[in-house]
Amino acid sequence: MADGSGFNIKPMDQFLVKPLFGGDAVHWYTPTNVTLWMGLAVVAVSLLLVYTTRGRAIIPNRGQSVAELTYGFIYKMVEDVAGRDAVRFFPYIMTLFLFIMFANVLGLIPFAFTPTAHFAVTGVMALAVFISVTALGLILHGTAFLRLFWIDAAPLALRPVLAIIELISYFMRPVSHSIRLAGAMMAGHAVAKVFAGFAGALGVGAVVPIVAMTALYGLELLVALIQAYVFTVLTCVYLKDALHPHH
Amino acid sequence: MNPETGQTVAADQAVGMPQLDFSTFPNQIFWLVVALVAIWLILTRVALPRIGAVLAERRGAITNDIARAEALKLQAEEAGAAYDKALADARAKAQRIIEKTKAEMQEQLDIALQKADAEIAAKTAESERRLAAIRDSASAAVEEVARETARDVLAAFGAKADATTVDAAVASRIKEGAA
Repeated sequence: MADGSGFNIKPMDQFLVKPLFGGDAVHWYTPTNVTLWMGLAVVAVSLLLVYTTRGRAIIPNRGQSVAELTYGFIYKMVEDVAGRDAVRFFPYIMTLFLFIMFANVLGLIPFAFTPTAHFAVTGVMALAVFISVTALGLILHGTAFLRLFWIDAAPLALRPVLAIIELISYFMRPVSHSIRLAGAMMAGHAVAKVFAGFAGALGVGAVVPIVAMTALYGLELLVALIQAYVFTVLTCVYLKDALHPHH
Repeated sequence: MNPETGQTVAADQAVGMPQLDFSTFPNQIFWLVVALVAIWLILTRVALPRIGAVLAERRGAITNDIARAEALKLQAEEAGAAYDKALADARAKAQRIIEKTKAEMQEQLDIALQKADAEIAAKTAESERRLAAIRDSASAAVEEVARETARDVLAAFGAKADATTVDAAVASRIKEGAA
């Protein structure tokens, strides 16, 4: 298959972190494609929530409606999933959601770079959620927060076993939280790249992979939005555990 | 050509997953933190307060409008009630006027009828009086004619008779005839 020149698909190259202005060294401060696409996400957030609402209209135009719907969607989700007293964390959750959503969606542009396909990015976000939620639970409830692992509904003999399982599952949260998002992004983009490579190599027969790509892009758009939603919902669920450990 | 791979140098980078190239982690994490802080600042300083204010303002406007609509509805109901009352009053007044007018007309009619009755009665009496007078004069004429005739008959037979006796006899005969 891979004869070197004609059929050379490198599906993982799109995830390379490269300096924007030449050179090879990637220091912590180097402006890279990560910087560019995260910056574009910030710009997109500003466009969606600031530029569209500049009229502050009582009767919103289209753009403002979208901004208000996004606001209302996440606000209601925080309220419904994590409870009314979680509303004070709404700005943080909104930040996470908007960043992930725009990073995902912008990453679908051909030749784009997807920051959320990197474990470094999703891992830091998941760890930030995990640490702050755990700290919040301990600050709010002290040792009573640990009752989260002590299932009162189970028979006494089973409780220590369950506690160990619960504890493990608790510490696995940031892992699954981050790998789910980065994995979904990475897989989708890699598959898209492979199909695109086929299209380049097949000549007239490229119609098939192009049709497949079109369908895949629809799916990927859905995945991009759903993964942003899932990450945010899970954050709310963890937040609920910290605020109300007794269910 | 792939523009993404075109500029990169190392072929070894494409071997494994770029996600596991730990040398790029500090860079990614640094820019991630910058991006998240930027978004957080944009949201908390500008976007969220603005959208929240707009939503609150809209809720307030809607609540106000509903309250105003209810007040207007109440006013309309009051106006409707006032209208109904005015209508009922007008009807009652009209009824009164009709009754009063009817009574007045009846009164006038009664007066006119009485007057007419009196006139009729007066005329009847007058007529009767005149009839009686005519009848009296007629019977007087009959008496006169009878007396004259009696005197002429007596004269024709050559009998002499006292005028008073003849008159008495005629009168008694007329009385008998009338009786």
